[in-house]
Amino acid sequence: MIQLKVNGAERSFDGDPEMPVLWYLRDILGLTGTKFGCGLALCGACTVLQNGEAIRSCVVPVRDVAGKEITTIEGLSPNGLHPVQRAWMQQNVPQCGYCQSGQIMQAVALLKSKPKPTDQDIDDAMSGNICRCGTYQRIRAAIKAAAEAKA
Amino acid sequence: MSIIANVSRRGFLKGLASSGALVLGARFYPKVLWAEGLPADTHADHATLHPSVFVGIDTDGTVYIVAHRSEMGTAIRTSLPLVVAEEMDADWKRVKVEQAIGDPRYGDQNTDGSHSIRSFFEVMRQAGATARFMLIQAAAQQWNVPPSQCRSDLHAVVHGQTGRRLGYGDLAAAASKLPVPKKEELQLKPRSAWRYIGKGMASYDLTELCTGKAIYGMDARVDGMVYASIEHPPVLGGKVKSCDDKEALKVAGVLQTVPIDPFKPPPAFQPLGGVAVIADNTWAAFQGRQKLNIVWDNGPNESYDSGEYKKELQATAHQPGKVVRNEGDVDAAFAQGGQGGKIVEADYYVPLLAHASMEPMVVLAEFKDGKVTAWAPTQNPQAVQDIVSKELGISKEDVVCHVTFLGGGFGRKSKPDYVAEAAVLSKKVGRPVKVVWTREDDIKFDYYNAVAAMYMKAVLDTNGKPSAWLQRSVFPPITSIFDVNAVYGDPGHLGQGWTDIPYDIPNLRVENGPAKAHVRIGWLRSVANIYHAFAVQSFSDELAHTAGRDPLQYLLELIGPPRVLNLKNTNYPNYGAPYDAYPVDTGRLRRVTEMVAEKAGWGKRKLGKGSGLGIAAHRSFVTYVATVVEVEVNDRGEVRIPRVDTAVDAGTVVNPELTRAQFEGAAVFGTSVVRSGEITATRGVIDQSNFQDYPVARMNEAPYQTNVYLVESTAPPAGVGEPGVPPMVAALCNAIYAATGKRVRELPLSRNKLVG
Repeated sequence: MIQLKVNGAERSFDGDPEMPVLWYLRDILGLTGTKFGCGLALCGACTVLQNGEAIRSCVVPVRDVAGKEITTIEGLSPNGLHPVQRAWMQQNVPQCGYCQSGQIMQAVALLKSKPKPTDQDIDDAMSGNICRCGTYQRIRAAIKAAAEAKA
Repeated sequence: MSIIANVSRRGFLKGLASSGALVLGARFYPKVLWAEGLPADTHADHATLHPSVFVGIDTDGTVYIVAHRSEMGTAIRTSLPLVVAEEMDADWKRVKVEQAIGDPRYGDQNTDGSHSIRSFFEVMRQAGATARFMLIQAAAQQWNVPPSQCRSDLHAVVHGQTGRRLGYGDLAAAASKLPVPKKEELQLKPRSAWRYIGKGMASYDLTELCTGKAIYGMDARVDGMVYASIEHPPVLGGKVKSCDDKEALKVAGVLQTVPIDPFKPPPAFQPLGGVAVIADNTWAAFQGRQKLNIVWDNGPNESYDSGEYKKELQATAHQPGKVVRNEGDVDAAFAQGGQGGKIVEADYYVPLLAHASMEPMVVLAEFKDGKVTAWAPTQNPQAVQDIVSKELGISKEDVVCHVTFLGGGFGRKSKPDYVAEAAVLSKKVGRPVKVVWTREDDIKFDYYNAVAAMYMKAVLDTNGKPSAWLQRSVFPPITSIFDVNAVYGDPGHLGQGWTDIPYDIPNLRVENGPAKAHVRIGWLRSVANIYHAFAVQSFSDELAHTAGRDPLQYLLELIGPPRVLNLKNTNYPNYGAPYDAYPVDTGRLRRVTEMVAEKAGWGKRKLGKGSGLGIAAHRSFVTYVATVVEVEVNDRGEVRIPRVDTAVDAGTVVNPELTRAQFEGAAVFGTSVVRSGEITATRGVIDQSNFQDYPVARMNEAPYQTNVYLVESTAPPAGVGEPGVPPMVAALCNAIYAATGKRVRELPLSRNKLVG
């Protein structure tokens, strides 16, 4: 039995411990905000926070997050919108939106470690997250706007 | 677990609660009025034959507008309902948008070809104006005054003289008893009164898209459902010889395996066949599938090898082909030109391209009591009805297709083979089945954008201008998925930047050669325009440099004076748009070219070493686009794109900010095509599998800044989803030439050496 915390709630899982966190969240818990894009940590659509750090949930087995705290897009700001989400909306970032949960979680992790990121910081942190619609310019603007708003 | 939100089972307007509600449907319009002046077989004509939208007003003033087109990132779920709201004079804050199921009564629902606004702009305006007309009539009756003394004023009707006012909700019940007006009775708002069109609105779904609440096909869930992962035949047309599923069945969570029949050629939208592993979660289905031991009969497409095939295409491109447009006498001019002018020839090549939408193919379908209900991220729910009814031998009416959000589409999700798979499996398994494709499935079993070889030849006169121009393209046609014998391009795809080359050249011949398909060919964002514009716009740039001329000035000379292109002697479908309303107008192409040059500071910007600007202009989906790209190429041959400028004339634009976003995205999409877009096959098996070997542009590879300029226009609306891609591809390659002196004639860039 694996014990962990998801969005603040205690959870236990007695299924296949090799199951990636992604499928545990989606199929077992029904938290479908976190997306499947590649299964190989190549696209970032599945990004969630593990104790505040961004991880690719499609390649991390549930056994590896025992005792840890996972935050998904659903738990980012249970009461209203997180400043990063507000910035995303102000900049009209999403097109299809499928990758944006992962983008937002990655941006939240970036701003936690670098509250005033440079363009290079943003490139370094965000280039693992693919957006096939091509919203990168607005993602960059939203990260900068969120950094401003927090300052 | 509950049924997914956002879709209703068969109800068109589930939110309409009260019995006194006013429900209006475009279906009430006499079709003969709507069809007037429209040529047969246009998208708009289809729309009017089977009217397309329903408007409902509840007694509490809530306005319901049905979106019948699919939302894959263009915000069409916002922009078309916004047009209805405009003519209704409805308060957008009180509008609820509901997604239509697939149903022919909406008219065309294939959200493809960048024509949703073009085909439905007037339809939506009239639907909104009809509602407004009836509400005004109802108020006038209540006040016992002539309707001419009344007007709408944002969700209310007011009486001018007395200032009396009644809200739309208060009028809904009375208005519902009135006759629906004829089209001639309607008064559309003048442009000057528009409050939404041309100003736009943020996506109706913005909050859901930023909070993980939007329900995509990947997120559909119903009670009792199982998950399926399918091992497809690795070669198109292959069959299972034998399958050993013992190890697969031992995987925890795996319930059973189910064979799927191979398709009967041509493939169209049929399932590919193979073996499905059914499990109680996605991961178990994936794991079980890896343990399958299948021996395949690969069939004749095993002979397909991309390297050999490329040579065949290029050889065909050097042979005389089928003439699709001919002006003057190219051969005579070449013969003459050979004595004084300069002859230039070039070959261009673009490989197969995969869509790689972020959401792989996925769908949930349930077969029950002889009927199928599907929750599908599809661009074409009526095609879902078609193929599912054919596969299961049931009527189309017994296939209900709910349309979820699409995690990208780009043309792939117009082809519902994956939906048919789930329906077939659900019937066999007796439970709702969710089919989940892996990224590897998505890359290996796509309907690829065609591989294409283009041969170009021109003779330059003493002024450096071409007096004759020959262009010949060879590509396996999309029609091959419907007709096994199809080898030539059809008029629609030859009309994508080839037949309609807008140049002012006295001797011009456009040809197409034959090519047989060995994989499924399909539509991808801007389709044949990608390779045609790449060849035409690259060759133009080559000729400019050969002639020692500035590429911008040279391009403007090629386009020539403002005029309407006469294509009467060709078969030119013009994207389904009537030619009189949407002609090829070289004046508009010139204008965006001049505009982008000015905005980009063409000829004025100081650029560093290794930097260059490239330009390209192209009309597609009846929209005119010109693009200037700035690149920096370092001494390792790495390309950076600091800036892109794009000028767009798409006629009347409903939602400018989100239109700009489409062109920003197209610049990134075009960047992916140029940098790394390449699908190849060895012995009929696709070589690529995931983002490591089919890379798409990431943030650090995408243009840093894309500036989009929209031409102010009162022309009828045109496409915005696709037209940004073709000029981006060519302008980027032209910029690389300006920066390095290396001409990119073969895509992708990874096949080219930019240094040394």
